[in-house]
This record gives sequence, C-alpha cells and structure tokens, in this order.
Amino acid sequence: SPAMELPPSHFPAARAAAVAVGYLGYLRGGPARGLQLRELRRARRQDISDVGHKYYLELELEDVLDKDRTVSCTAEVLHHLGSKASAPDVQVTVQGELRSTEEADQEFYSRIRSLEKELVAENIPDSQGNVPPELEPIHLLAWVASGYVTWQNSTENTKLHLAQVKHVKQVKRSDEDLQFDYVILLHEMVSQEVLPWEVTVLWHPRRGARVSRCRALGAGN
Amino acid sequence: MWALLILIGAASVSAHLQDLSFDGQKVFRVIPQNDEQVETLNLLASIMEVDFWQPDSVTLVRPKMQVDFRVEAEKSFEVEGLLEESGMDYHVLIDNLQAALDAQFDSKARTVSHSYEKYNNWDTIVAWTADIAAQNPDLVSRSVIGKTYEGRPMYLLKLGKSGSDKKAIFLDCGFHAREWISPAFCQWFVKEAVENYGKDTVMTTLLDKLDFYVLPVVNIDGYVYTWTNDRMWRKTRSKNAGSACRGTDPNRNFDAGWCTIGASKSPCSATYCGSAPESEKEAKALADFIRQHLSTIKAYLTIHSYSQLLLFPYSYTYNLPSNYQELNSIARAASKELASLYNTKYTYGPGAETIYPAAGGSDDWAYDQGIKYSFTFELRDTGKHGFLLPESQIKPTCEETLLAVKYIANYVLEHLY
Repeated sequence: SPAMELPPSHFPAARAAAVAVGYLGYLRGGPARGLQLRELRRARRQDISDVGHKYYLELELEDVLDKDRTVSCTAEVLHHLGSKASAPDVQVTVQGELRSTEEADQEFYSRIRSLEKELVAENIPDSQGNVPPELEPIHLLAWVASGYVTWQNSTENTKLHLAQVKHVKQVKRSDEDLQFDYVILLHEMVSQEVLPWEVTVLWHPRRGARVSRCRALGAGN
Repeated sequence: MWALLILIGAASVSAHLQDLSFDGQKVFRVIPQNDEQVETLNLLASIMEVDFWQPDSVTLVRPKMQVDFRVEAEKSFEVEGLLEESGMDYHVLIDNLQAALDAQFDSKARTVSHSYEKYNNWDTIVAWTADIAAQNPDLVSRSVIGKTYEGRPMYLLKLGKSGSDKKAIFLDCGFHAREWISPAFCQWFVKEAVENYGKDTVMTTLLDKLDFYVLPVVNIDGYVYTWTNDRMWRKTRSKNAGSACRGTDPNRNFDAGWCTIGASKSPCSATYCGSAPESEKEAKALADFIRQHLSTIKAYLTIHSYSQLLLFPYSYTYNLPSNYQELNSIARAASKELASLYNTKYTYGPGAETIYPAAGGSDDWAYDQGIKYSFTFELRDTGKHGFLLPESQIKPTCEETLLAVKYIANYVLEHLY
C-alpha cells in the first residue's frame, strides 16, 4: 500500500525518528560528535504486507557541541512484522558534510592512551546534570553506545533515550583501539522504565566506534 | 481549669510572638489522646498566640496526633501547668529556641540555603515555603492540604492579592520524583510573582484578579528518595500489598479512565496505576482540594519533564475534548510565547496522540471535573540530558516556561466562566 503522511507531532513519527537518530549516532558519533534531533520535518508510513511498517523521515539534526550547526537527513526505518524481536532495518542519508572532528578525536585518543591508570568514572551527568569538561567525550561515546542499543532494541511501542552513564571503566588493549566498558541507564518513554545495560565500546580515531558487547542487566528494584 | 485559662487569656491580650529573639521560647510536643484534650489545645490557641509547627493549624489537630507548637518564654510555665492538669501526654521538645538556633548555625550539618538556580532538597524547599510566605504576607499564604504516605506535610502556597469572589488557577509540580526541573519551576513562578507584583503590569493584574494555588512538590516522598537513594525513581513510596515493589505512579492514579490504557496493574512497574483511583494519599489530597475549591478553580496546570511538550486532554482516550479547538489554539500560542525567548521548540496537542495514550492522569481528571483549561507541560530537554537537566538550564527553562504560563493565565482571566 502507498505511504501515508504522518503528523510529525504525533508519537508514531517521533518514535521512528528516535530510532533513526540512534542509528546515526552509532554510525557517525564519537567522543567529539553527538547528534540530536532538532526537528522532524516530515514523516510517512508504508504498510508492506507480510513484511512490516516502513517509515520515511525527513529530519534536521544538530551537533550537540555546536547547536548552530545543523544538518538535514533522510531516513528509512523498517519495523519487521511478527513477535520475534528483531532490530529494525535503518538507512540514513546525511545531506552535506558533518563538521570534522579529526583534531579533537586525536587529542582525546592521545590523552587516554597516555593515562597511567585506566580511566574510571561514574554518574555522568551527576544528579544536578553536571558533566566535568574532561568527561564530555566519555559522555558522547556513551551516546554512541546508547544509539546502538536504541537501534537494536526499538519497536513501534518504545522510545529510548540515554538517561545516565552509571559507570565507565577503560580497559587497556594491546591493539590500537580504546575500550570502554559502560553501564548505561536507558530511559524507555512508553513504559517509563529506566533500564541498565552493559555495553562495551571500541573506538579508534580513524575507524570510529563499534559496540563489541551488549547486554541488558536485571532491573534492580 | 477555667480560672487558669481566663487568667492566661487576660495576660495574653498584648502578647505577640513576632519578637525577633526567640530567647527562652519553648517548643512543646503533645499527643492529645481524645477529643477533650484536642479541645484543650483549641482553647489554648484561642486565648494566647500559639505557633503550631505541626500540624500547620490547630484546626488540623486530631486525637493521637503528634502536635508541636511554640510559645513565648513568659507563657511556657502556664502552658505546662495547663498540660499537666489536662493529663495530656507532653514533653518539651526545645527548651530554649534561641539556643537551638544558635547551635544550628554553628553546626556542620547546616541547612543548605535555597537558590532559584539550583535544585533544592525537600528540607530547603520547606524552609523556603515558610520564608516566602512570611516575607510576603499580603501576597502569599501557606497551608497544608494533606500528608504523604511517609507522613510529610504537603505544603500549598496561595498567591494573590486578597479580594472577594476571586477565581483561581491551580499549578502543581513534582508529580514524578526524578523530574527535578519541575519543582524548580514552581519555586521560580512564586519568586516571579512576589518580585514583580507592582512592577510588571501583567503579573500585577493576574495577582489582583486571580489567585494561584501552587503545590511545589506533589510526590514529596519520591522526591526525597531521589535525593537519598535513587535519582531515577518516579513513583510514590507507598508499600504495595503482596509485593516487594513500592510505589504507584501518581499520574496514573486519578479517576480518569483509570488503568484502562497506558498504565500497568503490576506494582513493580513504573506506571503502576495503584490499587484503586486515589489510592495514593498524595493524589487524594490533591483531588480533595480541587473538589473542595471546584467553584473557583478555572484552570489546572501540571508540570513534568522531559520532552518539550504542551499537552491537553485527553490522554485516556483518543476522543477529543469538546473545546479542542480552543485548547489547541491556546497551546499553539503559548508554545510560540515560550519559543520567543530562546527558540526552544515545543510540540503541542492532545496527550494520547502526541505522547502516548495513558489513563489516570490528573489533567484529564481535572478537565472532567469541569476545569475546562487543563494543561500538562513536559519541560526541557528532548533527551540529551533528560531528567538530569543541568542547573545552568534552570533559569532559561523557567523564564521561557513562565511566558507560556502567563499567556495561559491571561487567557483564562479574559475568558472566565
């Protein structure tokens, strides 16, 4: 069936947009780059029989480190039919160039590599919302991690956001990657649950970030 | 007994408890056992100035209740005599209030002072409610509308120049414990009201013509818990029968399509609707107050975070309210006002389609009671900080939100019903 227009102000479109933003955050985010949604300009949904629901989105994103810098994107989010949980298929196309973060990336890389003791931190941001400047890159890498978890675990009935970095521990490696073992709290908007996830992020200035391990922790109540 | 009372009464005519020094003043803790002893306290309060610390007023005293009150140094001997004679269970809580105050300032565990640009803990907020009312007696009065599950008094501030036949707007914050920017806004609103009365025409007119009931924190127990144990707690802290999990979602606990959608019947869930509508003492106190003042309350505003949304009924159904067009126009204009300051973009619409369908909300309940202007704000941000909004954003968030709230208040004033 043909794609039908969705009001951008309604939640079905907003949820699909969050998946796209999470996915893009995972692909293109880093210690010096975080992207968040500025505006969802347009959304359409197509119901494909025996396959699932496909969302077509036009988004404007902004660089969290430079709010005046925005970039337009189009995205497709396909949520598969059926009760078997599978990650949605996502494609995002960025129109134009993202600001280069080469210098900041290199600086971060050198700084961490030269640490004598492995970095350990917790509660980022703290209860009052503060992030010490030297931990902002760690915060942004957590966002990359949460983008991955969001992409892998979203459905049409969820909307996930990073609530807090509960704990992060650097693990020194013999290869050139940086490794950070995170415990992140994700806030799921529909159920309002805050769920802990263990995520290991590997990052390299040229190769970017990837999640090597990821699991939901039991919710402590 | 009566002779003693008359004697004290005569001596008390010119008494005043407003002396700046509290030297020698005593604070008593009594537990009246029955109506007779409650009546003794009533009489005491009628013949001399008694400053009730808990409950807020002698009219709230009931048998078996712990009652604390302050009296002047000169009166304490007579008071003790009276209490002895009545057989009432009592002891002196503070023997010399001035000495206790001096000690507090020297103590390392001093109360953190209040700031409108910081997140204040509950004790600090309590002190602030007392101070702001004491400093602005012509504009602000404080009362207690009930007690939380853990026994904390729910303080309400009434703002407005006193007048007759005034209609009112009800504004509450802190339904959900982790949404710290919300109570910060209620405090900001009160500050703006008292600071700008007589200076800003709009604010002056609003306070002259309307009253504002401001409930700075609805879910006090939950708020305290986010400071002491779990920053991400949402619900109340009530015990649930047959479950180790505590708390009910207060904004699923109202009698508006209760528990039919968007809420959980599991006590362990963050959106647990409770064992029944208004099962939570906090929800019941709020609902009772609104019911009691229904003829005067013309608008209901409830502040949450996050997502940058301005919502109106309904959330418990996709059906639209009868004045949908009007509410939508108000929301559109209020969002525009808000954005005018820092370009903060809000989305607006009926709750169900804009954020999610969810039954048991206070806004829907208030609307169905007949309060036709009912709005829920979800403040900054859209997810980058979420519940952990930096303190540096308190001021801009409150400033822009105030524009929207003033817009709505003005609209209500111009469309009273």
